[in-house]
Amino acid sequence: MIGPSSTLPSQPKSAAETAATEKLLANVPAVLDVHNVTVAYHRKPVLWDIDLTLQGPSLVGIIGPNGAGKSTLVKAILGLVPLVSGRVTIFGRSCQKQRKLIGYVPQRESVDWDFPVNVLDVVLMGTYGSLGWFRRPRRPQREWALECLGRVGLADLAGRQIGQLSGGQQQRTFLARALAQRAEIYFMDEPMAGVDAATERVVFSLLRELRQQGKTVLVVHHDLRTVAEYFEQVVMLNMRLVAAGPTPTTFLRDNLAKTYGGRLGILDDAAEALAARERSV
Amino acid sequence: MTWPDLSAMDPAQAFWTIAVGALSNASCAVLGCYLVLRRMSLLGDAISHAILPGIVLAFLLTGQTASGPMLLGAVGIGVLTAVVTQTLHVSGNVPEDASMGVVFTSLFALGVVLIALAPSNVDLDLDCVLMGRLEEVLVREPWLGVEVPLKFPSLLAVLAATAAFVTLFWKELKIASFDPALATAMGISAAVVHYLLMGMVAAATVAAFDAVGSVLVIAMLIVPAATAHLLTDRLGWMVGWSVVVAIISAVLGYLGDILFDTGVAGMMAVGAGLQFLLAVLLAPRHGLVSKLWHRLTLSLRIVSEDLVAVLYRFEETTGETQTAGVPWNLCRRIAGGGLTAWLAAPLLWWRGEVRPVSGGRLRLTPRGRQSAQSLVRSHRLWEAFLGEHFQLPLDHLHESAERVEHFIGPKLQQRLASDLHQPGRDPHGKEIPVAKEPE
Amino acid sequence: MIDYNTAVVLAGTSLLGAGAGLIGTFAVLRGRALLGDALGHAALPGVCLAFLMLGRRSLAAMLVGAWLTGVLGILVVAGLRRATRIKEDAAIGIVLSVFFGGGLALSRFIQTQAMQGSQAGLDTYIIGRAAGMLQGDLFWISAAALAALLAVIALFKEFRLVTFDTGFARVQGWPAASLDLLLMGLVSLIVVIGLPAVGAVLVAALLILPAAAARFWTERLGTMLAVAGAFGLVMGAAGTAISATVSRAPTGALIVLVGTCLFGASALFAPRRGAAARWVDHVRFRRRLREQAVWRAVYEATVNEAAVYEGTAPRRPAAPPIEPLRPIDTDELVQRTSYKSAQVQRVLRQAERTGLLTRQFDGRYLPTTAGLDRAARVTRGYRLWERFMSEQPELTGSFARLDVESADEVLSSQVVAELEAGLRALGRLPTVPGKGPSL
Repeated sequence: MIGPSSTLPSQPKSAAETAATEKLLANVPAVLDVHNVTVAYHRKPVLWDIDLTLQGPSLVGIIGPNGAGKSTLVKAILGLVPLVSGRVTIFGRSCQKQRKLIGYVPQRESVDWDFPVNVLDVVLMGTYGSLGWFRRPRRPQREWALECLGRVGLADLAGRQIGQLSGGQQQRTFLARALAQRAEIYFMDEPMAGVDAATERVVFSLLRELRQQGKTVLVVHHDLRTVAEYFEQVVMLNMRLVAAGPTPTTFLRDNLAKTYGGRLGILDDAAEALAARERSV
Repeated sequence: MTWPDLSAMDPAQAFWTIAVGALSNASCAVLGCYLVLRRMSLLGDAISHAILPGIVLAFLLTGQTASGPMLLGAVGIGVLTAVVTQTLHVSGNVPEDASMGVVFTSLFALGVVLIALAPSNVDLDLDCVLMGRLEEVLVREPWLGVEVPLKFPSLLAVLAATAAFVTLFWKELKIASFDPALATAMGISAAVVHYLLMGMVAAATVAAFDAVGSVLVIAMLIVPAATAHLLTDRLGWMVGWSVVVAIISAVLGYLGDILFDTGVAGMMAVGAGLQFLLAVLLAPRHGLVSKLWHRLTLSLRIVSEDLVAVLYRFEETTGETQTAGVPWNLCRRIAGGGLTAWLAAPLLWWRGEVRPVSGGRLRLTPRGRQSAQSLVRSHRLWEAFLGEHFQLPLDHLHESAERVEHFIGPKLQQRLASDLHQPGRDPHGKEIPVAKEPE
Repeated sequence: MIDYNTAVVLAGTSLLGAGAGLIGTFAVLRGRALLGDALGHAALPGVCLAFLMLGRRSLAAMLVGAWLTGVLGILVVAGLRRATRIKEDAAIGIVLSVFFGGGLALSRFIQTQAMQGSQAGLDTYIIGRAAGMLQGDLFWISAAALAALLAVIALFKEFRLVTFDTGFARVQGWPAASLDLLLMGLVSLIVVIGLPAVGAVLVAALLILPAAAARFWTERLGTMLAVAGAFGLVMGAAGTAISATVSRAPTGALIVLVGTCLFGASALFAPRRGAAARWVDHVRFRRRLREQAVWRAVYEATVNEAAVYEGTAPRRPAAPPIEPLRPIDTDELVQRTSYKSAQVQRVLRQAERTGLLTRQFDGRYLPTTAGLDRAARVTRGYRLWERFMSEQPELTGSFARLDVESADEVLSSQVVAELEAGLRALGRLPTVPGKGPSL
């Protein structure tokens, strides 16, 4: 389950109860534990005191308005931006020690499309982490990469230079690269932004497949209309953690209002759909 | 300038000059590939300026430039330059290019002052610094049984080290250059790779310095790599081509010196520049000439197809296949006119698709009719597809079909037809020509 | 007293420095710093060609030649960037090194032809020879500097707009391209005029160093221009003065080194943007954050808020009771705040010294009245922010700041009162003497 670690003073429990719970939880490290994380850019906070705990395999959507810190949260978890305070553990240990278990699909904007690599080269990069320093990808890695390409439907474009692909094909290439990493937990930054409907379907079925294999996938997502359909859990961010939990009980109108503020007017579709669902429940 | 007697050239001198030049150029070229791809070309420039004071100091202290400890010191300075530039930019908020400019002009000025303040019996002057001393390859020492120029062993060592570095760290360099964020997330620290690369660049620069001077080092770090980038889409080939360009530059530099008496280093830079220019114009896929050629041939194909389609439609409307032909001017105008239309007509005639008829008119041949039918079939199938799946108004269909029809091959035609269940007519009501069975 | 020649040189370099500082400000802000460097290097072949064509040294001709090839170089950079896949930094590096290499080759060629006046004349353009400045040259330099000053004064707001946001300028109707061209024209003027004084390699420093140094002192463009001009003037004057006393060092290099010192001093010691100031600020900031976190933890550990909060409806919407206090130990605070034990200890010891905490015999701490007051104040401030951000998420971006302890300092008292009311209803508003009565 996912939940904010502590926002309100908890009810006092009996000592025995507390001890038992703690013993139980101690044996199972949370998949992701974010404690008190603050990230700032020149004194202006981008993320403020984020507390988040995630258990077990799950498909999680991270949503919030532009500039809410969604990408920053992912980068902070992965150690790509410095933290002003707080700490993050993945499967109970620090992110540096768990690199092999982590898969990352960054945003597509900063790629140099003139780089002399083809599609297969890019997917092979996903295997570099497991090879370690100095070793080269050989036939097993090549075959694995081709298999990943096949799962996203790009097997016959393996030799194409990446600048020659369409937007959807580029995104699928990076997805195949993430698959090739054979990770336990995946972080994806807006994988469905700017792609056509067909590619979005491919991406989503891939995410579901990963979930069924027992992986955890956190996806920064931009389209509110599809949140309920795609994700079983949702994290709602606006510099602070507004809410986190299973989608049916968390992705509700007043949480949306707190996340998006007065801009709910633009989100009429989502609001209406939710209102209708709330009425029917 | 007199045309010198090439047969009087000393072959040993020629060989060794070119060899020394080629070795230093090649090391720089290989490392330069990564600098160019990571958009850090000018950092290479900065490093090669920055090591000047270090080299001068080492020379004053030890009397020679490319000794072992000197090399290590230079690597340190190279990394330091990169670090300082980065720090100025990130922490000091100085724009990236300005921070590079500050660092390398300052260090170069320091070097110049040190040279000037050196005791006058020291054999180091600015000319040497800038252009190296390739002409003095006369001095040779025995090494492994062969008489080689003084700098040859160290240059060979540096080239070997560069080759080893690039081979060993091939995939790390590739991923750290392409996607640093992912690399760091995977545990291949992009920062470590970056500083290793800078250290190697500094080492190659120092080794090359004595032979070819600082200016040429910069040229060799950037120009062969840029040339190779235009020639290929694979990283491995890019590194290979850059070495080839580097070696050819060495040869051209030597020849230039022999012919024009200009000093070898400057002409090597010019030689590299000439090769770059050739690549810009004539590279198979990315050269300007080939891009222009592609555009022209594509344009020609489209216009000739349009011409043939015009004739076909004319036949369709008048209902006759044995018409007196369509006036040439009319055809040309409908097909989009312009220079390419004038070229298209003879091309079609040569292909046997049209025939000129008296009175300045054109007529389709049976072969032409066939190819026109295929085009018109594509056009109308596409219109039917758009109409069926997107419910667009009738007047929105034609323009799209006009563009797309040229790129629909027989396989896609079949798929469209089967998707639409073999339609007989397009949304405008015009008949869709039947596909000819392949012979 | 200084002699006439030195006075001329002094005046010349000072004016040159001032003009370069002014124009360099815009160049640096525009990201064109290294383009000036490319201009300088690309000018060398022009100088040599002019010499070759005329057969003698003529300042005017050589400067015109310099200007022509310099501008050609810039055009090549622009062309490469637009028409090929070569990126801007590589294009600058290519032009810089190839043109300069060509220039060196030409200069060597001229030297070997032993043409009259060749040696000294050409070396001048590589590292400069300010000491050779004549009164006639001074005239041109003054003219250029004056032109720069006038242009900057007259077109200040236009240049500022174009530098900051070209697209916007164009939309407003300003001829952005022409203004840009004018700016580049002034840059090339300064470069060409500065060539004989400091040489091709170092002329970029004149443009970059004063402007980059000035940036540390101010946030306003007008002030930055003035400071850059002043720094440039000091650079020129001081460099020349030093060179007059230490006779062997080239003036150009010394001018640059003076500029480096100015830059270094600015980068380190400028009041708000300098490294020292920012480091102090940063340390204070981290310390304050730590303290706030610790005091918040102290409050939450000490005060038993659960007594008030039962389920969703508070039993008594009153101020939470402060009695009974319980002592807190370091480990609990470490767990609550996620800071390291040593860091927490430091805060606690400091608090003990200032009488906000008392330390018990068993090592745990107990807050004094003053300490509780501080804890309550910090917690109130934090909770006000918390509530503000959840009530008005769309405004947090504009107002939220990490180092502001309480929203009182930033928000209006009416908003604060609303927030307080909300917190009070939930029983989560700590009482702080002096912040108004509690219910």
